[in-house]
Amino acid sequence: MQNLFTAMLSFSLFALISGILLAIATRFFKVEGDPIVEKIDALLPQTQCGQCGFPGCKPYATAVAEERAEVNHCIPGGERTMLAIADLMGVEPKEIEEGPTAPMVAFIREDECIGCTLCIKSCPVDAIVGAPKQYHTIIAKDCTGCTLCLEPCPVDCIDMLIKPELLEHWAWPLPGSNRAELGHERKEQHHA
Amino acid sequence: MLKSLRSLFQPKVTGIYPEKHKLTATAAIAEAPLSSHYILPLKQHIGEICTPLVRVGDRVLKGQKIAKSQGYLSAAIHAPTSGIITKIGEHAITHPSGLSMESIFIEADGNDQWDTTLATLQDWKQLEPSILRERVRLSGIAGLGGAVFPTFIKLLQDKNHPIESVILNGAECEPYLTNDHRLMVEHSEEIVLGLQMILHMVKANTAIIAIEDNKPDAIACFQRIITAQELHHIEVKSLPSSYPQGSEKQLIEFLTKKQVPAGKLPLHIGLICQNVGTTKAIHDAILWGKPLIERVVTVSGDAMPNPGNMRVRLGTPIDQLLAWHGLENMDGCHLIHGGPMMGERLGHAHAPVVKATNAVLAFLPQTMMAAHKEESPCIRCGDCSQVCPASLTPNLLADLCRQDQFEKVADYHLFDCIECGCCSYVCPSHIPLVHYFRYGKGQLATIKREKAFADESRQRSSAKEARIQREKEAKEAAAAKRKQARAATAPVTPPTQPTEGQS
Repeated sequence: MQNLFTAMLSFSLFALISGILLAIATRFFKVEGDPIVEKIDALLPQTQCGQCGFPGCKPYATAVAEERAEVNHCIPGGERTMLAIADLMGVEPKEIEEGPTAPMVAFIREDECIGCTLCIKSCPVDAIVGAPKQYHTIIAKDCTGCTLCLEPCPVDCIDMLIKPELLEHWAWPLPGSNRAELGHERKEQHHA
Repeated sequence: MLKSLRSLFQPKVTGIYPEKHKLTATAAIAEAPLSSHYILPLKQHIGEICTPLVRVGDRVLKGQKIAKSQGYLSAAIHAPTSGIITKIGEHAITHPSGLSMESIFIEADGNDQWDTTLATLQDWKQLEPSILRERVRLSGIAGLGGAVFPTFIKLLQDKNHPIESVILNGAECEPYLTNDHRLMVEHSEEIVLGLQMILHMVKANTAIIAIEDNKPDAIACFQRIITAQELHHIEVKSLPSSYPQGSEKQLIEFLTKKQVPAGKLPLHIGLICQNVGTTKAIHDAILWGKPLIERVVTVSGDAMPNPGNMRVRLGTPIDQLLAWHGLENMDGCHLIHGGPMMGERLGHAHAPVVKATNAVLAFLPQTMMAAHKEESPCIRCGDCSQVCPASLTPNLLADLCRQDQFEKVADYHLFDCIECGCCSYVCPSHIPLVHYFRYGKGQLATIKREKAFADESRQRSSAKEARIQREKEAKEAAAAKRKQARAATAPVTPPTQPTEGQS
């Protein structure tokens, strides 16, 4: 009989200590937010463009993490981002519907700008400077090319321009790839 | 038997022995005539681009500083002759992309008048190293061996890493190139003096002049001077003429049996390495007050009618330089900027001579076609690993680069690759291995840059969200406060505002 009580007592004690330890552990090792969301978000290009159908990169990352969205909706991220997300989520890679596009940057034709500040409000990364009834301009180096400023502009004075290829950003193309030929063609044109 | 056993314990033989083709080894350095115009790209070194100090229409003197360094890692640019600035704008440069760069255009006035404001430092032995180093910085000197790293940075003294020895790099291992060879033969005295200045600047005690054994005349020149002047702390060492003997880390390993750790500089093991051309430039800048406005260029190749070595002003258009050597019509010729192993192909000859231009080579189409073969699959022969001077496994690395597996290339030490081209040279399958490594390095840099931009964008976007949230809360708080104030004041003054009080 005594053995029975000893067993019950020792097990309850053990359960109690484990419970306390677990409680402490949850307090100390508490994870803020969902780590998988953060990880996906870190892979996304942060253009906040909404081309994936979600209002920004974080919402898309959340949707992918909750398996509400496919991994292939990030168009600016391209194939590389899709593969990285698929790898992280452990799902089969899916082809991206739209092909890769050249990196773009927005440009305001200042003489036509009426200074309405609507584009400033729409820019997700605060890359437009200006004040009411003053010309607005885009900080080209901070523009992600998301095109969100085009739609609100009442006078259509914003153009999307192809980002110029900078010498310091130039990288060797893959040997024998199409781009290598393109580069060669450009050289020939330069020669002409 | 004994021999083969001994070979097991000897260090691994790396590198290759390509045909040397030193056509111009006995051709004395010719002085270039004055060109009608000069084009100076604003970045001719590793580091940050310079900002122009002159405007269109300005008159400049020979040796006058026309662009100043911006930031620390940079080297100033000086006018190669006296004349008028005609344009500041984009111009083709010797870059594999074919992109252009902001450049300063000078039209020579023919007087070639020196700017005499830069004093000569005849008493350099008494001067503080910092003064001499400042002179090297002001003179825009960058490593003339090909890497064009700003020289004054290499001459800095670091308390934690005292320099024990200076290595003068006279190993000109690329085929065809003879500019350093001729410089050593014709200007050995200036070079030895320059070496003593470097020793003074870095407070080092000993120096090694390293020259390959295929340049016995240069070795003899230095030995004569050292015995005549009793410079016992300087030693001339002869090296086997393999390729890439002139590569800094490989040269150090051969001479001292010490390896420079990956990602570290020779400075960290108490050594510095200077090219002979750079040493001559240091001498000229200190003793004669002459900034870096010219360099020796080898003009060679089987399509060149009169190959030779020439002292050329920086900014001379390459087509002009080729014309001086009898090559007027470049149709069908393949031009290479630099040596045949590491140089870049030039699509055209409009680009100017820059600080990095050690050679301009012209080859007949049939020579190039014979060298260019279709890539076939890797047969795992291992020749590339055998010759790699950095002890890498080029075939595995190339596979990773081809398949875009960039997260793994760091494990195979892609960034230790010096792009010497030995692997591509020996590959029986004609795989352009170095091209794959350049692709890999470029993609990694792009990924890193895009990641940094994404992080910055994320910060900006969350900052904006936070600001909107803050503004919203402030508005709500203000509204609540007004409401409260109204509620507090309402019962006290009902007669003044009866309508509002009632509601």
